[in-house]
Amino acid sequence: MSRLELWIIILAGMAVTYLIRLSFIFLIPPDRLPEWFRRGLRYIPPAVLAALIAPDILLLDGTLHLSFTNHRLLAGSIAALVAWRTRNTWLTIVSGLLTFGLLALL
Amino acid sequence: MSSSNTNPGSFSRPGIEFLGGARDQLPILLGVVPFGVIFGALADSAGIPAFEAQSFSLFIFAGSAQFIAVSLIGQAASPFLIVLTIFIVNLRHMLYSASLAPHVNHLSNRWKIPLSWLLTDEAFIVASSRYRRGNIEFAHWYFLGTGLMLWTAWQLSTSLGIALGVLIPPEIGLDFALPLTFMALIIPTLTDRPAWAAACSAGFFSILLANLPFKLGLLIPVIIGISVGLGVEIQSASARRANGDIT
Repeated sequence: MSRLELWIIILAGMAVTYLIRLSFIFLIPPDRLPEWFRRGLRYIPPAVLAALIAPDILLLDGTLHLSFTNHRLLAGSIAALVAWRTRNTWLTIVSGLLTFGLLALL
Repeated sequence: MSSSNTNPGSFSRPGIEFLGGARDQLPILLGVVPFGVIFGALADSAGIPAFEAQSFSLFIFAGSAQFIAVSLIGQAASPFLIVLTIFIVNLRHMLYSASLAPHVNHLSNRWKIPLSWLLTDEAFIVASSRYRRGNIEFAHWYFLGTGLMLWTAWQLSTSLGIALGVLIPPEIGLDFALPLTFMALIIPTLTDRPAWAAACSAGFFSILLANLPFKLGLLIPVIIGISVGLGVEIQSASARRANGDIT
């Protein structure tokens, strides 16, 4: 691929990405949005996070892996428990990584 | 002076928010930096010159889209198809823009333009957790701090990957820090039944649709999750009204 083509991809890729990010913040004022749409916004963070977490801990090579041999699921469950009890990001990560490491040693 | 009771208020409120945002991005960087290094290494092995490889991170600043673009460049896809793919992959950022728009609506364009520029998955997740905590007079400084921290780390890790030019073995297991960080961030968002319903349905469909291309396996489950959350909210509101009518 030529350098010109690479720059077309970089600059056009930047333009479309930036327009998407600007969309609602800059181009469309939120008070013009319908009521149901504004209430739906509250559910974006839990939905995005769940959709990021689930495949990472439940899928192994693209297939569902629901058993005690799934170390990511076990370590993730411990981390969820720690997150729920402590609300501390670092403790959550460290407990999850430690569990994951210990399970690998067993 | 070695006085131990130094006034912690030696930073202004914007300064405290800015540093707080940068600090709260640190746990996420543990998961992001390896991806930046791998991106740099992949771009290098796809034959992209160092300056152009770095420019992907500098100007597009979107991890998944950059990975997919580089793999398409490796397959000699047309520039038009690659840009279209970047557009589809990043479409989910429109949801983030909509979610944060009410919080930044009072700011001038001088703020809106750079903040939008920094609106990635990770910046959105940390910034929206800040907005949920309230007292948001200076929260845009927090958003700026968290976004700039991520942007800087993304640039440096990309450079490192280009310089190394070799793939970091995935067995290191650091990529697992990313879902763990998200675990810590999702718990405070699960405040009621509709929020749980949104999370559970989005998680379920993310498994079901995991093999969809273009990150649609993220976008579609999120849209389903939002709809289910709204549905449960409306249903429980009308159930409450019905109960009120009976008593």
